[in-house]
Amino acid sequence: MITRLIALLTLLSTPLMAEEVVLGLSQNRVAITANFDGSEILIFGAVKRESEIQQEPPLEVVIAIAGPSKPVTVRYKQKKFGIWINTESVEVDEAPSFYAVATSKPFDEAMNHVNDLRYKVSIPRMIRSVGAPMDVSNPQRFSEAVMRIRSNNGLYQLRENSVSVDQQTLFRTSVKMPANLTEGDYVTRIFLTRGGEVVSQFETTIDVSKVGLERWLYNLSRQQPLYYGLLSLAIAIAAGWGASAVFRIFRQG
Amino acid sequence: MLHCDTLTVDMQIYLPIAEVSVNAFLLLGLGGVVGILSGMFGVGGGFLMTPLLFFIGIPPAVAVATEANQIVASSFSGVLAHFRRRSVDLKMGVVLLIGGLVGAACGVMLFNYLKSMGQVDLLVKLCYVVFLGIIGGLMFIESLNAIRRSRKNGGVAKRKKHNWIHGLPFKMRFRVSGLYISVIPPLIVGFCVGVLAAIMGVGGGFIMVPAMIYLLGMPTKVVVGTSLFQIIFVTAFTTLLHATTNYTVDMALAVLLLIGGVIGAQIGTRIGTKLKAEQLRILLAMMVLVVCGKLAFDLLVMPSELYSLGPSGGH
Repeated sequence: MITRLIALLTLLSTPLMAEEVVLGLSQNRVAITANFDGSEILIFGAVKRESEIQQEPPLEVVIAIAGPSKPVTVRYKQKKFGIWINTESVEVDEAPSFYAVATSKPFDEAMNHVNDLRYKVSIPRMIRSVGAPMDVSNPQRFSEAVMRIRSNNGLYQLRENSVSVDQQTLFRTSVKMPANLTEGDYVTRIFLTRGGEVVSQFETTIDVSKVGLERWLYNLSRQQPLYYGLLSLAIAIAAGWGASAVFRIFRQG
Repeated sequence: MLHCDTLTVDMQIYLPIAEVSVNAFLLLGLGGVVGILSGMFGVGGGFLMTPLLFFIGIPPAVAVATEANQIVASSFSGVLAHFRRRSVDLKMGVVLLIGGLVGAACGVMLFNYLKSMGQVDLLVKLCYVVFLGIIGGLMFIESLNAIRRSRKNGGVAKRKKHNWIHGLPFKMRFRVSGLYISVIPPLIVGFCVGVLAAIMGVGGGFIMVPAMIYLLGMPTKVVVGTSLFQIIFVTAFTTLLHATTNYTVDMALAVLLLIGGVIGAQIGTRIGTKLKAEQLRILLAMMVLVVCGKLAFDLLVMPSELYSLGPSGGH
């Protein structure tokens, strides 16, 4: 009886432990330079396993990259007095500034609903809105607006069937990050699933930060705003005077 | 979004404060075109540049603050040319400036308050529509009449020398303008321009120039130089206020705009001296009305996206 139970337990726990992700990234750092125009990150990896490859159900891969989460104010326009003005607003407590999900199958096939709820993978699961004001009807539409607007800007991406899996062992995909990125740690999660159930997961971070002149200007504007403002004015005055002087020389010469 | 395929080759530049990537040549070009207009009409050009920056995707708060900084450059460049021609009434400029600085401080406070309410975009646009509409309309009608009169009589239109303004106390002599009037009207004009500079990201020349001509009765030849003189200081003050309270001045954006802007302003000043005052005014009036019409249209037509996202407000 006991041996049978142990045998059953080993059998059940085997798929959970047996497959592990070995990951590679084309870059684990995105540097926002002066001519930064978005970035494409190549994510590739292999599945390490001690035992034979399990054939059924097939191995699927779900990859999710999330930028830093920040509260967002969503405003809704209505026609009042003949013009379109903001009338209602809802504070969405948490919404990632960037979120991309890449899967090897349509999302529902690669991960079932229960696992999605548990690991919070699909885009709607990443947005959290605790309480909307009482006078706002149907607050769900505000969360939907965040998804719609950010999807249109390329900030939220659901790329189904974009992860290619070879021999149930090697996988790869690429994620395009747009130019309007927020700085911070981008948490990258990789899930291996079989039959919609997560069998293994792996997490790493991609560091997105401004560098060089961009970094220096940004820091100065936050830490020494008065000097930053004065420097802006000095440049403006110098440019104005310079142009005037140059044109005078042109006219005389 | 404004897109020009021939331009979007490879000169994309990432703006550190606005946190968007835009084409550098597009910004240089915008700066240049607006600079020419600025030099021609003695307006900062902000009333054109700020909406254009909205169109290319710069966040409104950054556009307003950075534009103030850029106007400092183009106005400074322009005023030097006017100083050499002795067409700046310094005394009048200082009186306007005192009103302007107080107005700018009030304007930035109002701006920050409305930003937390989520109504700043509406306020900015309504200000544009109302002020541009009134001033553009008045200037247009007046210039048309002036041109008609000068054709009929072959002479210069007569300015009204005496109105209610001459009944006010605290009179002061403004020698360069040839005026002896109360300081109250110029202080009020300066104040209004200061408020607008802070809220709309404009120098306020488009309201100050007509106010100086029609309200204060200043001669047209000193109006442009004097308004530029006042604008430099008010926009410089506004830039500092925005930089220290909102952190929204983008130096990289400002530099690109002002390189184009200062060169344009020099060209514009030279074109401006070759045109007659009436022609200049009617051109400015038409431009003001076009911008006004576009903004009014945007407020009246249903937007394609009814929702908008903003940083968490209300602190």
